[in-house]
Amino acid sequence: MTARSGDKEGRWAWRMTGFITVCVYVFMFAPIIATVILSFNSSMFGGFPMTGFSLQWYVKLMGNEQVLAAFRTSLWIALVTAVVTTAVGVVTAFALVRFEFRGKQMLSTLVILPALVPETILGVGLLVLIKAVDQPRTLLILVLGHILLAVPYVVLIVQARMVGVRRVYEEAALSLGASRFSSFREITLPLLIPAVIAGALLAFTISFDNTSASLFWRPAGVETMPTQILSMLKISISPEINALGTVMILVTVGIPLVGGIILQSLTRLRRRGEPKEETQ
Amino acid sequence: MTKGWTLYDPRLAWMLVAPVLLLLIFFLVLPIAVMMVYTFFTFVTAGVEQATLTLANWHEFFTDSYYHGFLLKTLRVGAMTALICGVLGYFPAYFIWATTFKHKWLLLLLLIVPFWISFTIRTFSWINILGEQGVINVALLKLGLIHEPLPMLYTEGAVILGLLHFLLPYMILNVYVSLESIDRTLISAARSMGCTSAQAFREVTLPLSLPGLAAGLLLCFVLAAGSYVTPLLLGSGRDALFGNLIYDTIMGELNWPMGATLSIVLFVVLGFFAAVYTRYMGMSQIVKGLGG
Repeated sequence: MTARSGDKEGRWAWRMTGFITVCVYVFMFAPIIATVILSFNSSMFGGFPMTGFSLQWYVKLMGNEQVLAAFRTSLWIALVTAVVTTAVGVVTAFALVRFEFRGKQMLSTLVILPALVPETILGVGLLVLIKAVDQPRTLLILVLGHILLAVPYVVLIVQARMVGVRRVYEEAALSLGASRFSSFREITLPLLIPAVIAGALLAFTISFDNTSASLFWRPAGVETMPTQILSMLKISISPEINALGTVMILVTVGIPLVGGIILQSLTRLRRRGEPKEETQ
Repeated sequence: MTKGWTLYDPRLAWMLVAPVLLLLIFFLVLPIAVMMVYTFFTFVTAGVEQATLTLANWHEFFTDSYYHGFLLKTLRVGAMTALICGVLGYFPAYFIWATTFKHKWLLLLLLIVPFWISFTIRTFSWINILGEQGVINVALLKLGLIHEPLPMLYTEGAVILGLLHFLLPYMILNVYVSLESIDRTLISAARSMGCTSAQAFREVTLPLSLPGLAAGLLLCFVLAAGSYVTPLLLGSGRDALFGNLIYDTIMGELNWPMGATLSIVLFVVLGFFAAVYTRYMGMSQIVKGLGG
């Protein structure tokens, strides 16, 4: 029973809930929509009013070598982060769900800490450690740092799915002579695919989007996309930034959306070929 | 498989978790430990410090009201953000849970989409709303309601607005997850025993959704109090928070021992709130809210 099917008071409360919900959604998307609209503004200044439609800021953006370099850097870092984090995250989730070992509880808590500790603290900490052992900041450290930030999410997502995959499937394969590795590859992994893809996409966006920690960790002279945007904002708010923002939104929203759609059609295709199975 | 090992041998488990464990040790545990040691180092000059142990950094932190002001302001902004998030976030969560709208998934998807959009872009997009050439000022000027642009950007209000924008999805999803786990027959039972819908909400739904609300409040508070980019982009110098102070101390003044001290302070203060929370609520709700 929901509040709607109730008395007068309930109906009034329900309407107010709906109204606030609409307001919150508008609040969430209004600034983003304004940015997208402004990126097509022909005005020299990055603001309203609109003076005409123009693609000049996109053209200018495509010729901005610094931005392109930052984009490539971020893309590579995010790709490596997504692949590595997914690999280590999946085996960690597997161990945490299937095995009993001492310190498991502590490890599960430790694994989610990077998501809860403010990035500034993680950023400073790693930097102090590097300084203490007198090492330079390298791309490798930046990537490993991004992996640290993405690991909690991948582990949690895969763990949640793994709990629903019954271990008898793996054990059946083992009892039929499959090796430990092939039972994992042939049985467990395919059943986990939705969570694996979701985790990889999230790891990609976490890395691609990371700002605060990257400011601390990036090697001298290297800009990632977000740090590049920050340094551009320090100079002025030009319409070029709005165009850049729009491109970024297309990339980071487009990739998961397309991924999700592919995933859905894949599962639908597979379902069609199979007899009805019992869902667990 | 290695001979003599049982099916779910702990040794195999340790091998599987080894990469992540090493990463956590070297990039999380060890840095925080080294940072703690660094708080006792002596600051010589920009970028140079000595391993001579001293309490000077801690003494400076505890006696200089400059730092206390920063800490209090940060906690105040974090608490205000979390509370507003809680109030504003509860309604959409309840709406999504209770609605019979066929495309509920769309409402949930729209909550997740902001997570995919670059945080920096979401934050600076507020400049297009609040700035002198932003939507609000331009519209009000056109309507003749004001004659000069309102100074909305680069204020504490703008910082809180930016934080709300960033944190509301966390709050809504946390409350929603907790509402989803409520057995709906309980509410029907309350109604059939004569509760009005308001009473049923107050006596059944609200108390049962409190764990999600509490998890959301903690998450929003910690993330707001630890924020760095939002005050940098939407606030003036006066609206800087503790994260900005840490960044400036390390990257600007190159005073590493003091930067480490301030980081540990923030870590301990936020950790205290998280510990109080887990003492009463446990970790499971946070885990659920983060995507588990």
